[in-house]
Amino acid sequence: MALTRRSSDLLKPLTTVSSSVSFLNRRLFSTDDTTTITVETSVPFTGHNCEPPSRSVDTTPKELMNFFTDMALMRRMEIAADSLYKSKLIRGFCHLYDGQEAVSIGMEAAITKQDCIITAYRDHCLFLGRGGTLLESFSELMGRKAGCSNGKGGSMHFYKKDACFFGGHGIVGAQVPLGCGLAFAQKYRKEDHVTFAMYGDGAANQGQLFEALNMAALWDLPAILVCENNHYGMGTAEWRAAKSPAYYKRGDYVPGLKVDGMDAFAVKQACKFAKEHVLKNGPIILEMDTYRYHGHSMSDPGSTYRTRDEISGVRQERDPIERIRKLILAHDLATEKELKDTEKQIRKEVDDAIAQAKESPMPEEAELFTNVYRKGYGVESFGADRKELRATLP
Amino acid sequence: MDNSQFIQFPPGSAKFKRSMRYVPRDPGEDLDMEDSEHSLPPEGEFHLFGERHPMSLTRFVVACEGGVEDSDAEHGSVVVVTGVAFVVMAEHQIRTLDGERAPNNFEDEIKLGAVDRTFVSLSVGFEGLGVKEEKMWGILRQKVGGASGLSSQGLGNHMLRLRPVTSAMRSYSSATKEMTVRDALNSALDEEMAADPNVFVMGEEVGEYQGAYKITKGLLDKYGPERVVDTPITEAGFAGIGVGSAYHGLKPVIEFMTFNFSMQAIDHVINSAAKSNYMSAGQINVPIVFRGPNGPAAGVGAQHSQCYGAWYGSVPGLKVLVPYSSEDARGLLKAAIRDPDPVVFLENELLYGESFPVSAEVLDSSFCLPIGKAKIEREGKDVTITAFSKMVGYALKAAEILEKDGINAEVINLRSIRPLDRATINASVRKTNRLVTVEEGFPQHGIGAEICASVVEDSFGYLDAPVERIAGADVPTPYAANLERMAFPQIEDIVRAAKRACYRSAPMAASAS
Repeated sequence: MALTRRSSDLLKPLTTVSSSVSFLNRRLFSTDDTTTITVETSVPFTGHNCEPPSRSVDTTPKELMNFFTDMALMRRMEIAADSLYKSKLIRGFCHLYDGQEAVSIGMEAAITKQDCIITAYRDHCLFLGRGGTLLESFSELMGRKAGCSNGKGGSMHFYKKDACFFGGHGIVGAQVPLGCGLAFAQKYRKEDHVTFAMYGDGAANQGQLFEALNMAALWDLPAILVCENNHYGMGTAEWRAAKSPAYYKRGDYVPGLKVDGMDAFAVKQACKFAKEHVLKNGPIILEMDTYRYHGHSMSDPGSTYRTRDEISGVRQERDPIERIRKLILAHDLATEKELKDTEKQIRKEVDDAIAQAKESPMPEEAELFTNVYRKGYGVESFGADRKELRATLP
Repeated sequence: MDNSQFIQFPPGSAKFKRSMRYVPRDPGEDLDMEDSEHSLPPEGEFHLFGERHPMSLTRFVVACEGGVEDSDAEHGSVVVVTGVAFVVMAEHQIRTLDGERAPNNFEDEIKLGAVDRTFVSLSVGFEGLGVKEEKMWGILRQKVGGASGLSSQGLGNHMLRLRPVTSAMRSYSSATKEMTVRDALNSALDEEMAADPNVFVMGEEVGEYQGAYKITKGLLDKYGPERVVDTPITEAGFAGIGVGSAYHGLKPVIEFMTFNFSMQAIDHVINSAAKSNYMSAGQINVPIVFRGPNGPAAGVGAQHSQCYGAWYGSVPGLKVLVPYSSEDARGLLKAAIRDPDPVVFLENELLYGESFPVSAEVLDSSFCLPIGKAKIEREGKDVTITAFSKMVGYALKAAEILEKDGINAEVINLRSIRPLDRATINASVRKTNRLVTVEEGFPQHGIGAEICASVVEDSFGYLDAPVERIAGADVPTPYAANLERMAFPQIEDIVRAAKRACYRSAPMAASAS
């Protein structure tokens, strides 16, 4: 079952990093994937040109526990990245995802690793969700050899091709036509898989998105456009950027669904619904109503265009991890203390990964010239002083 | 039969079904037929049914149930087979639908029965489809009109029309063959698509229109709309879709109607395609080809005349190829399609119709030219002239004129802007000691500037004269014919520059005494 496979993938970051510590807070409950628990999503779905799915979502104790640990891990990773950036170990751009974890986790629960995901630059947690490790993530952020792109990509360019995660893109909106291209390939090859092309409320106004959506609808491509609406495109609130911020309706003839993106089960249900839909009917838009606690990036305090009350209000009322925690406690799958211990464990995992990443060396100087081409034909490439530094591209 | 053979297609519906009766006609009237051991199949009833192909609004998958059997079906002959096997004939090809796979040919014309190389032809039409219907009728009339003697009404009893088939195989004579650049590109695309099912073509008008410049002619009929994809006029969208499909292992050939329109999609060419292999440390390579006409045509004005060689040539991660002759076109396009990296393939509209001799080796489907190697089109010892695309022809003509004045010019056809074959250029300059670079693009930061810098860096001591650059004028392209002529290099410009490099021209205006 997709569930079992996925959860073992997600547990990978924990077990690979600290092989000596057995993170086995495993109780009888957390490995139970046979008992069904039915959960109601926070709000019903709103559909555009489609019948929305039911609010009732089935889950298991194992999935619930995994949701908690995985999201807590993502949260912790992003907070740690914040500190690393402030201590100048991460340079350039760093766009953090904390607050939005439920979108990644819920999506992974509904799909397989043969379904493709492509997103923009807020990609660290999506990478983790696809099976990336903490070590690869922190190393890449710090520009080290052990990074998922060998240190040559940086925060915005995480990829994991073997899990069909295609990045990691810096140009706002470009990933949507690329995602429709992935779906085109899936359809061309007659695969039964789909592509999730993710973008934000800022990118939702991009022309190329509508160009790609038109073609996806024309050709019935299995493309799911996921608008992670965190209500701010950098510093511009959605009502200042979009005449119609009902992004799930922007597809016009393309059906859409509005989803509470802070509720991992709503996300899971929506993605499952979307996958079934597009395999038969062509594209659909999912609007995930979500929120980011950090600013747009590390150079944005995030408080000049929104109030601190708003931020703390969302944290109180809608935090995705808290929701799962309450569910776990309500269903008596773990005690408060056990969950706190789990979080402590996760903190340690993350700290260990950072320590290991710090030990990874920077890439060798020869790496400046590698991977320019897949096939270089022995062409010459040059450094800043071409008489001083030349290389042959293999 | 009456005009009920034109199937009434209910508006808005996606399927049709029609029962037909096949009655073999007495061969003899208006036929062009030789004696043959093949007789027409006997009388029988069959059903035609079809549904809209999922990726096309104007093409239908048609199947045939019941009917008559001819077990001697051979190339170019009989058509209808019992059971659910579906036989469609397109020119000289027979294909069967085995229930799972749609046929590549979506012709709505089904040919029934045949004797030798003649066909019995049943044309089916679709009503109630609005614009698409007109197109269908257009096709219908064409085919019907093409058949011998059928009236333009297209109606009437033409169920068992017999008409001569076109010759099945193209054959090349053993004498030196000439081939236009257009045919060279078309044949290269055809062969690469046949060889690798992951190769597909996408762009505006590449399919049903047969290509804006007819480069993709015939490919839709042969490979179907899944592999020859007509797009809306949305370059950013379809270039992005192409790159995304290449991420996932397909090999798209994206056509820009001209490279001027590539500016709408340039972010995808550069940021999504060229840089991906590097940014992902080799995980994601992008085996895509962006092709189309580049540079000026004739009288198309400022927005349709720019050369993009210098722009794309400066981007690491891209390969930029510039064919001149048919041999170049075939060899470089095949190399580009097979290459695992993004290739920008800059053609030239005015060269499409030009013919060049091609050897048997060039015509072979495995022919391929190396990327990054220039060709010495004409050997010489007095001055090196570098050029690419259409300017190679001009440079060769200039060389003939120079020959009369005792100047023996060496003409280099660059073939590849990136990688630039610095070795060949420098070796030539070391031999001739003088250099003229020729291009149609804007002069500042152009190809000639790069070549000049390369030669100054690597072969300074060998230069006996300053490097001369001939390029397009430093102005947006004017429309008036006389001004346009001044805006682009002419043969006399190349001759003059070569003479200057050889210190053989008249004193320049400024220094005239």
